[in-house]
Amino acid sequence: MGEETVKVVDATGSFCPGPLMELIAQLRDAEIGDVLELLSSDKGSAQDVPVWINKVGHEMLGSEEKDGVWHIRVRKVK
Amino acid sequence: MKILIVGGGMGGTILANNLARRLHEELHGGKAQITMLSASDRHMYQPGLLYVALGRMMPQELYRDQRGLLEPEIEFHVDPVEEFGLDQHQVRTKSGKTYSYDVLVIATGSRIFPDGVPGLKENAEFFYTEESAVRMFKRLREFKGGRVVVAVGMPHKCPMAPLEITFMLYDYFKDRGLLDKVKLHYTYPIGRTHSLENVAKWATPEFERLGISYETLFNMKEVDGVGKVVRSEEGTEAPYDLLISIPAHKGMEVIEKNGLGKSGWIPTDRYRLNMEGRDNVFVLGDTTNLPISKAGSTAHFEADALAENLAAMIRIGSPVRDYDGKVFCFIEAGKDRATYAMFNYQNPPNPKPPTRAVHWFKTAYNRLYWASARGLL
Repeated sequence: MGEETVKVVDATGSFCPGPLMELIAQLRDAEIGDVLELLSSDKGSAQDVPVWINKVGHEMLGSEEKDGVWHIRVRKVK
Repeated sequence: MKILIVGGGMGGTILANNLARRLHEELHGGKAQITMLSASDRHMYQPGLLYVALGRMMPQELYRDQRGLLEPEIEFHVDPVEEFGLDQHQVRTKSGKTYSYDVLVIATGSRIFPDGVPGLKENAEFFYTEESAVRMFKRLREFKGGRVVVAVGMPHKCPMAPLEITFMLYDYFKDRGLLDKVKLHYTYPIGRTHSLENVAKWATPEFERLGISYETLFNMKEVDGVGKVVRSEEGTEAPYDLLISIPAHKGMEVIEKNGLGKSGWIPTDRYRLNMEGRDNVFVLGDTTNLPISKAGSTAHFEADALAENLAAMIRIGSPVRDYDGKVFCFIEAGKDRATYAMFNYQNPPNPKPPTRAVHWFKTAYNRLYWASARGLL
């Protein structure tokens, strides 16, 4: 089995609600099962986006900060 | 020094007039020239549309002749730009003319983009154009009761509009004796009732006090006009009898077509206000991609800073100050009470309890705006 393909959504430099809006738009076009990785330099969005993922019911795969950029991974499940 | 301003809205007009006053000698001595290109010969006071939608201002009160607002030294043409040649330092207009510049200022504004949500344009009432605001008022007059949903898209012009229309609708229905027949419901795309945290902290208890229900993290996916329901990306539904929407906005098409910025927002330096990568191109108001409010007030304070800097660049060869992110927004909290939010890059707003005095000041500003546009206030 090859590694899962991850689509990167680069929203660095964008502030709340930019990263969330960007993720919503990209998830709309994604297929069920796709994994997206949102990159955000906005701290507020790093808190909001997981709450949003939980409300929608997608699968939150993880969130980690590297050098001031949050990497939030989500799988589209519906 | 040829200064070319593209856009005759609040930002472009304040900048042009402010600059013309500062550069009086240079303009008369032939050392500077200010030209404005606009899509319209009329200037609209856009915040007035909120009042038109509630029958409290007439559309005719919102317009002035654009030429009449400008200092006589400013060359003005109704001839919108179609092509930006930034490398050649020139633009090409709809009429086919070419204008060259030493300094270019882009202040073309933004527009509603309801098309991103299927069914929204056909089924919701808006107040972002004269026609839609008048139509909304007529719907309100006919409305006898039911569920009223305020649905908000992002990004949008005037950050306070969703709250203002909700609180003003509450008083409108109260005055008409319909409150017991109306259920007001507010939806907002992010995880609180307003993007500015302190504004949300003020607004949420107000909603609770007035019995206005709300759902946050509600991003419109589609509107079903037959079933009369708004469905969200999050999988929830908001049934309505009357749907009022603040749709998502985009920058102007000409910006996107020329590849100047995604969705029509131009990447802009937050302090100097120059377009990223261009030292002689500046951006004002809604057209920037800055993470601050898309509001007339933003355009106003940016224009003040830029006018001072452009004049200083001509006179001493250097800008003299940074734009500090200053924004001042009134917040109508009903028909006769208002508060305000004042903030910048460093200091968040902290709205005070609404008062009649602030509402009167806002009412006065609806007239004083024309002094602002002339660069006097």
